[in-house]
Amino acid sequence: MAADHLDDYIDAVSKALRLPVEDAWRPAVRANLEVSLRLAGLVDEFVLPDETEPASVYTA
Amino acid sequence: MTVNTDGMSAEAIAQAIATLKISALEVTEAALARIAKYDSVLNSFTDVTADRARASARAIDAAMAAGKEVGPLAGVPFAVKNLFDVKGLATRAGSKINRDLKPSPRDATLIERMEAAGAVLVGALNMGEYAYDFTGENIHDGPSRNPHDPTRMSGGSSGGSGSSVGGGLVPIALGSDTNGSIRVPSSFCGIFGLKPTYGRLSRARSFPFVSSFDHLGPFARSVGDLSLAYDAMQGPDADDAACTTRPVEPVTPLLAQDISGLRVAVAGGYFQKNVFPEAVEAVARVAKALNATRTVEIPEAARARAAAYVISTTEGASLHLDRLRQRPNDFDPAVRDRLIAGAMVPAPLVDRAQKFRRWYRAQVLELFRTVDVIIAPATPCIAPKLGQVTFMLDGVELPVRANIGVHTQPISFIGLPVVAVPVPLEPMPIGVQIIAAPWREDIALRVAHALEKMGVAAAPQPRGI
Repeated sequence: MAADHLDDYIDAVSKALRLPVEDAWRPAVRANLEVSLRLAGLVDEFVLPDETEPASVYTA
Repeated sequence: MTVNTDGMSAEAIAQAIATLKISALEVTEAALARIAKYDSVLNSFTDVTADRARASARAIDAAMAAGKEVGPLAGVPFAVKNLFDVKGLATRAGSKINRDLKPSPRDATLIERMEAAGAVLVGALNMGEYAYDFTGENIHDGPSRNPHDPTRMSGGSSGGSGSSVGGGLVPIALGSDTNGSIRVPSSFCGIFGLKPTYGRLSRARSFPFVSSFDHLGPFARSVGDLSLAYDAMQGPDADDAACTTRPVEPVTPLLAQDISGLRVAVAGGYFQKNVFPEAVEAVARVAKALNATRTVEIPEAARARAAAYVISTTEGASLHLDRLRQRPNDFDPAVRDRLIAGAMVPAPLVDRAQKFRRWYRAQVLELFRTVDVIIAPATPCIAPKLGQVTFMLDGVELPVRANIGVHTQPISFIGLPVVAVPVPLEPMPIGVQIIAAPWREDIALRVAHALEKMGVAAAPQPRGI
């Protein structure tokens, strides 16, 4: 996501979730979101079969 | 009256009490005196439960006098990370906000089980805010400090647990590990730590962080003590939905079993990148001692770490959403900003991370068909300086916080049991992960015990206090 779009996205999601993001925090929030999206992208690009079950209810 | 129990193991304390060589109250007073003397440097305790400890110790001494059976940890002082519910205390979980909670009406299950085995709770321990931390620093309570060099980090988020055991204040502490928070402080503070299989030990009445990954476990200065605590805490618990229904599987009687038949391999690839020479040396010493000449590749470990990061930040955000809305200025700003960002990660990416977890688990379980133990660094470096933001590795400047847990995250991601063993390098110790297949804590603990007997793994005496 381009940086300007990311700012728009932060505005939209903070409103939708009723999450305050003060101007002073915004650079750090954006930097953290960039890291999260970059790492999520690593997972996103890994192709899995459609039948793969999520492990959110999990037994080791 | 205080007696000198400095450096005594839990095993030795329990034996001395059981044979009436010393009383539980004397042991408790000695532990309280150590805390009073040294914790001004370490800052590992946030609460000292002195009255409760003395009452527990007197009850054990009275039981002994009446000829009643006392448990295998009778009179052994222990302390818990302050995310465990302790009756009468607000469970602060390293935060400012949680101090406003009502005092807990009941202890966490693991405290109850430790006390049922005779152990004596002496207090609650400092930790990183809401366990979202690898450093042991805390802006509300100040950092817990490294017992070998108080200018260095204790490691997080169970920093007080590492610091108090590494500093010899208590022989056993309990902590939690979501992405490395038992193994990192063990590595930095030079002690043994057990992160059991996901679901092995009850988390009931502890403050959560990431339900998918949260584990509780013990720290100690010897494998025998680690195992005694682990055995005392096992067993099903209906109060934790993730807790196994498997019966108690005691490990202490198995520790001395021969390990020569075990297939041991070193984790290659991802686990050999971005590591300092100290971590390389520690793994090499352990590998040599175990005659491990084989290297195995844990597939897609970097992606596993990425998926663990995504699930952690989003589940953490979900947990704290109301607090982020209502009291954002009462968080550590660094934690708040990570959590707000976590709340903004789209749901399909989180679902994909959980699906990847399922795939990765199957791959790693397949690997365990050919090996019994995998060795990997616990941390890429020795304890950094408090407040240190970056370190230089191979000429590249890297952020400290983001890189401390790179070797622990791909392992806890699928709930594998791990013993972090301390390798006593100079000037600072560093840990190595002994990783086994799910539910095989016995194997990891037996290997750790063998390394301890060979002198390769040992908890050094604290040099910084």
